[in-house]
Amino acid sequence: MDRHSPETRIISAEKMAELIQDLAERIVRENPDLTDVILVGIRSRGAHLAGRIAGKVREMTKVLLPVGILDISLYRDDLRSRIDQPELIRTEIPGPVEDRNIILVDDVLFTGRTIRAALDGIMDLGRARKIQLAVLVDRGHRELPIRANYTGQYVPTSLEQTIRVRFSEDGEEDGVILRELAR
Amino acid sequence: MSLIIQGGRIIDPVNGRDREGDLLIEKGRIVKVGKTLSGDRRIDAKGLWVVPGLIDMHVHLREPGYEYKETIETGCRAAAAGGFTAVACMPNTNPVNDNGAVTDFILTRARSAAVSVHPVGAITRGSGGEGLAEIGEMAEAGVVALSDDGRPVRNGQLMRRGMEYAGTFGLPVISHAEDLDLCAGGVMHEGVVSTRLGLRGIPSVAEESMVERDILLAELTGAALHVAHVSARGTVMRIREAKARGLSVTAEVTPHHLTLSHEALLEYDTNLKVNPPLRTEEDRQALIAGLADGTIDAVASDHAPHNIAEKEVEFDQAAFGMVGLETSLPLLLQLVHEGRLTPVQLVERMSVAPARILRIKGGALSEGEAADVTLIDPDLSFTVDAARFYSRSFNTPFLGRELKGKAVYTLLRGKPVYRDPVMKDRK
Amino acid sequence: MAWGKRKDLLGIEDLSREEIEAILDTAESFKDVSLRKIKKVPTLRGVTVVNFFLEPSTRTRTSFELAGKRLSADVINISASSSSILKGESLKDTAWNIEAMNADILIVRHRAAGVAHFLSGMLDCSVINAGDGAHEHPTQALLDLFSIRERKQKIDGLTVAIVGDIAHSRVARSNIFALRKLGALVRIAGPGTMIPLGVEAMDVQVCRSLDEAIDGADVIMMLRIQRERQEKSLFPSVREYARFFGLTRQRLQGAKKDLLIMHPGPINRGVEIAPDVADGPYSIILDQVTNGVAVRMATLYLYSGAKR
Repeated sequence: MDRHSPETRIISAEKMAELIQDLAERIVRENPDLTDVILVGIRSRGAHLAGRIAGKVREMTKVLLPVGILDISLYRDDLRSRIDQPELIRTEIPGPVEDRNIILVDDVLFTGRTIRAALDGIMDLGRARKIQLAVLVDRGHRELPIRANYTGQYVPTSLEQTIRVRFSEDGEEDGVILRELAR
Repeated sequence: MSLIIQGGRIIDPVNGRDREGDLLIEKGRIVKVGKTLSGDRRIDAKGLWVVPGLIDMHVHLREPGYEYKETIETGCRAAAAGGFTAVACMPNTNPVNDNGAVTDFILTRARSAAVSVHPVGAITRGSGGEGLAEIGEMAEAGVVALSDDGRPVRNGQLMRRGMEYAGTFGLPVISHAEDLDLCAGGVMHEGVVSTRLGLRGIPSVAEESMVERDILLAELTGAALHVAHVSARGTVMRIREAKARGLSVTAEVTPHHLTLSHEALLEYDTNLKVNPPLRTEEDRQALIAGLADGTIDAVASDHAPHNIAEKEVEFDQAAFGMVGLETSLPLLLQLVHEGRLTPVQLVERMSVAPARILRIKGGALSEGEAADVTLIDPDLSFTVDAARFYSRSFNTPFLGRELKGKAVYTLLRGKPVYRDPVMKDRK
Repeated sequence: MAWGKRKDLLGIEDLSREEIEAILDTAESFKDVSLRKIKKVPTLRGVTVVNFFLEPSTRTRTSFELAGKRLSADVINISASSSSILKGESLKDTAWNIEAMNADILIVRHRAAGVAHFLSGMLDCSVINAGDGAHEHPTQALLDLFSIRERKQKIDGLTVAIVGDIAHSRVARSNIFALRKLGALVRIAGPGTMIPLGVEAMDVQVCRSLDEAIDGADVIMMLRIQRERQEKSLFPSVREYARFFGLTRQRLQGAKKDLLIMHPGPINRGVEIAPDVADGPYSIILDQVTNGVAVRMATLYLYSGAKR
């Protein structure tokens, strides 16, 4: 922790709730037929966000969207350069993805490599009719041609900074934290 | 030109000596043992033990036939470096030493060697276990004992005949005691460790039952029986009983059986693959006790050089045996440091007893006898290092091991055949 | 997850309980991959896996091959007949040649115990023991544990009977180590000739008879009887072996309802296990085969990251 000081809370809990509400509203607006939508959170914070969005959508429409979890470890392109293999979490998608409208959900969009891996992972599970992407924060610095369909907030950052979204599901206070990397 | 070894602790059990003193050597013989002697040249032996040249009664010099493992020359240089002035070499060469011509060959080659070589002849032709070898002819040529070492004489009747016939020529019979049927292709001691490792085991009973057979045959024939490389507690017990019955039975143990047990094999180190196998800690303790109380008469290295290519293979395929000439004395000195053996006992087991059993000269620092003398620094620490070996092979699990005490000067008939670098610093 | 940086999988004996559980947990994810339509992930793209089998084995070799391929690794098979070992090349030289081809993972099966240790000390690539003599067969034990856990949700406190030639079985050894580490009680049974000396030190209960071993057991593992052992006087005849140590329906009359019967294969039907038992309700022999691939994928995945 001390390597990452100082930290700034750039988005408060209240603001984060508003952003999630906003994401849910836009998803409902853009997808008139919600019956074939599956929210797929990229583990582990993407899954928290997907759960939150599903909650909001239910409040608005009484429709309970199925929520899945996707572990992209097996699709990463940096495995060989790591020393430890990442721990696997089971990928759990409720029902087949065949012909469904998949909305991938992640907390932060950065280089785009995670989303690339997630797209491969989803496509290996079956041929979805459509795949979209929802993120809470887009911090820029894309290394691949990837863009989100739904973005909570754009946060300009430098590469000397890290962004971390906190969720009460992990026992922390909701919010988005910006840190300067120690030199 | 005389040489004086001055101020050392002279340990000479045969002559009842264990005190500081000087040793005067002239023309290759011991002229006088006493105090404040003087001579032309002088070796300062202060702090050293001065003992009769050590004798390793069980080594494999591999020549003729396996010169890539060892030769009479290299093996004898290793012996000298280990503090030995004489070795008895086993007949399992190629050809096997089963006739006078091979014995002659070995003795001819040994003439220029660093230490005295005493060949052991085969009991059976080619050690093949069928029909007696030409024992009389070998006796004439100079063998000091008979053995099919490396394998047992399976056939009890033939062993009996061998013992009877050996008696005619006054030769002791050395038994490599192993019931091959019970060994059944085993590669290590059969027990808890072999079960964990999934390696085929050699039960202690394979040795004990054969030793018992040979003791009974010795009793029947009156032969002098010497049991090679005792490894099991039960064997020590049987030898103790045979001695109590007044039989002419002697025995030897190797330094590795005295210092290692089968747990050491857990990493499948083929350098620990020996025959007989390293057994349990209980066996090891019984061997030390047997050596201390005299049940086991002698220490012999069973120096068994092998090329690295014969050891860097699957455990099942690896050759049995380890080199021992250059680590034998240091390992025994560990037992002295641990208080398990006295210095006098060490000299008794490594010099006096082998000479007595093989009925050869040596084992004493008697005036008028050849000056085969070993100087030992009991406290000199060193690391076992293959690069410093004189032996052509270095198949030993003790590489890298820190040991305390070694031979620093070896004299054969008054001539230095080994001098440790530390001796240069002495005036 | 308790996963250190191990280079080699030589035996279960070296692993901690946590490590075993980490492999089993990882295997769950790979079982999912094995059950879907596209049974392949790109995880080990560019990794070279060499299947070095110097003893005939179709089952294990195929299982490792499939595991490697489902992870997108390049898998090469080298068998006794295709290697230069037959031409007199030493194992050491063959292994160095394989490594010179930049193999990342070497999977080795050999009839001599200790060969995996031997190779691991010599090679920089990861070495995975696929069975060395009568020593260990760690991935078999892992898949057995995985199959038990899948059905029973736990290993702790289960009573497992292992029946057959314990003395010559690497499957038995690995399973004894693994089951004891995970808290199961292990009973072993077989003719006296097949119970190795000092096996009690491995913390197992030695039973006199098959009935004693399987009484109240949660799991029964039957070992394959090798007919050639008969020549070495380990048992007098196949007929007599089957009569005293073959698992039949009659012997299972008092069995627990949720008993599991396992066999590492290949089965000698009618010898160590009766056909109706092998195909019967308690048998999970085919689960073992399916799970074998998932466990081996997990093994390749976890060990691929640790090249020295």
